[in-house]
Amino acid sequence: MNPEALRAIVRKDLTAVARSRAVLIPLIMVPVIMLVLIPALAAFAPRLAELPGSTLSQFQTFLERAPAGLKASLAGYTPAQQIVVLSLVYFLAPLYLIVPLMVSSVIAADSFAGEKERKTLEALLYTPTSDRELFLAKALSPWLAAVAVGLLGFLVYSGVANLVTLLTLDRLLFPNALWLALALWLGPALAGLSLGTTVLVSARVNSFQEAFQLGGVIVLPVVGLLIGQVTGLMYFSVGLVLLLGLLVWVLDAVVLHLAFRLFRRDQLAARL
Amino acid sequence: MSEAVIAAAGITRRFGQTLAVNGLSLEVLGGEVFGFLGHNGAGKTTTVRLLNGVLSPSGGSAKVLGLSPWQDGPTLRARTGVLTETPALDERLSARENLEIYGQLYRLSRVDAARRAEELLEQFGLSERAKERVGGYSKGMKQRLALARVLLHRPELLFLDEPTSGLDPVAAREVHDLIRRLHGEGRTVFLTTHNLTEAQALCHRVAVLEHGRLRAIGTPEELARQFGGVRLVLEVVPADVDKAMQVLKNAQRQENGTITVPGVARAQVPGLVGLLVQAGVGIYKVALEEPSLEDVYFALHAQESA
Repeated sequence: MNPEALRAIVRKDLTAVARSRAVLIPLIMVPVIMLVLIPALAAFAPRLAELPGSTLSQFQTFLERAPAGLKASLAGYTPAQQIVVLSLVYFLAPLYLIVPLMVSSVIAADSFAGEKERKTLEALLYTPTSDRELFLAKALSPWLAAVAVGLLGFLVYSGVANLVTLLTLDRLLFPNALWLALALWLGPALAGLSLGTTVLVSARVNSFQEAFQLGGVIVLPVVGLLIGQVTGLMYFSVGLVLLLGLLVWVLDAVVLHLAFRLFRRDQLAARL
Repeated sequence: MSEAVIAAAGITRRFGQTLAVNGLSLEVLGGEVFGFLGHNGAGKTTTVRLLNGVLSPSGGSAKVLGLSPWQDGPTLRARTGVLTETPALDERLSARENLEIYGQLYRLSRVDAARRAEELLEQFGLSERAKERVGGYSKGMKQRLALARVLLHRPELLFLDEPTSGLDPVAAREVHDLIRRLHGEGRTVFLTTHNLTEAQALCHRVAVLEHGRLRAIGTPEELARQFGGVRLVLEVVPADVDKAMQVLKNAQRQENGTITVPGVARAQVPGLVGLLVQAGVGIYKVALEEPSLEDVYFALHAQESA
């Protein structure tokens, strides 16, 4: 394994991404919306709850059906404050997961399918890198970027959420065990899954857009988690996040193994 | 010239039902400029990919620089340099970044890659615009940068696929000078080209590929002898062309108005000119021409088509 070569490919891919408006815009806009604007709106939740015709009564029904653990974590708050806690700590957690997933998918699509589209892959195939080095370097670029953006997003989200809770609850709620598990365990695992899926898709398509759109299906399970929480079917707890993370890491190993099998020099060159 | 740096024996590559390279056997000697000719789709690029271990063969064996392309791929590729048909540069990076990154990929340290990039940028006249993104470069500049990239790690064996494609005559001549210089340094150049004049001027030996099969191999002179012969070229008064055609056996009228007679020996020329003069044909020019590589190529192509 040649670490210089790995570093060079990661540097090349990430520098290229940083200079592409088409790639950079979603990488900035989505986290800003998910992790700054939406949590900031939670500050208005108590006021909205006081408005005539508000859904506070529905919220009370939801709480009555909630598991004991969730009820316990909300004990001691007014109903309006409970909305803030529930939104910031639980409901928005799946939205946070979309960030590392999306970053990984966009950069992987640019790095694998985009390289084919721009006809730059051939020069890379002629370098003295092994198939394993090439795949590892190409996979590391999106994963490292997704983890970095995810962690940065977690810090920004914690800051925004603390500001909101300071104003509405007069206390700080972040960081907490649930979100640390999301940011450090489940987020990186999902970034890996998204990357593997996009690599599998990229092997069969020839453009960044196709790879990004098809690879985007990986967001559906996360949307499922969001719906599950809002409808009260499930709620995020540290235990659940750790378990989900473990499941996703195992899936990562399977998908990345399949992706590596497709990423043979011979197969890539045959499709040029 | 020394021993073979490329020795291919019956290499074959299929893509589904298509036989892209069909039992190709050839040897390229160390230090020679070897021309690899063939029309589009003849299998030239596939051969280059096979010889660098980028594609695996369906059959056959090969040694390149004493290594197996398919077992020692990375080690081999560290000693070869390939200029692809399209420059394949990352257009979002600057010229310097493209070279430095590829320098590291070709196993140079970061410091050495930066130093070598600087040297090559200077050598190829790109220093002043080294910080600009390659996307804004002209086609000629991109081609020069791609050539610079091939030389980063000072490869022993270079595969140049259409190196003058899209270049203006001055830039093309610079590339020709570079190839001669590389040859002077003892490097081996495997030159894939459509430009037969270029091949004739630069190559010590050439191979012609048709539908994945090797049709001919040798020096341009050997091929000319084998597939052509000396010919007489005449330019006569336009009104006398038909008369001249009647006098000369096997004469062929060319598109440019000249008349050619293939297979004419030097000793026959005075007699043929005398016949024309006797017949009252006005003659502007008489020349005896060696067949060019172009003539050989078209002769082979005609045989294949027939």
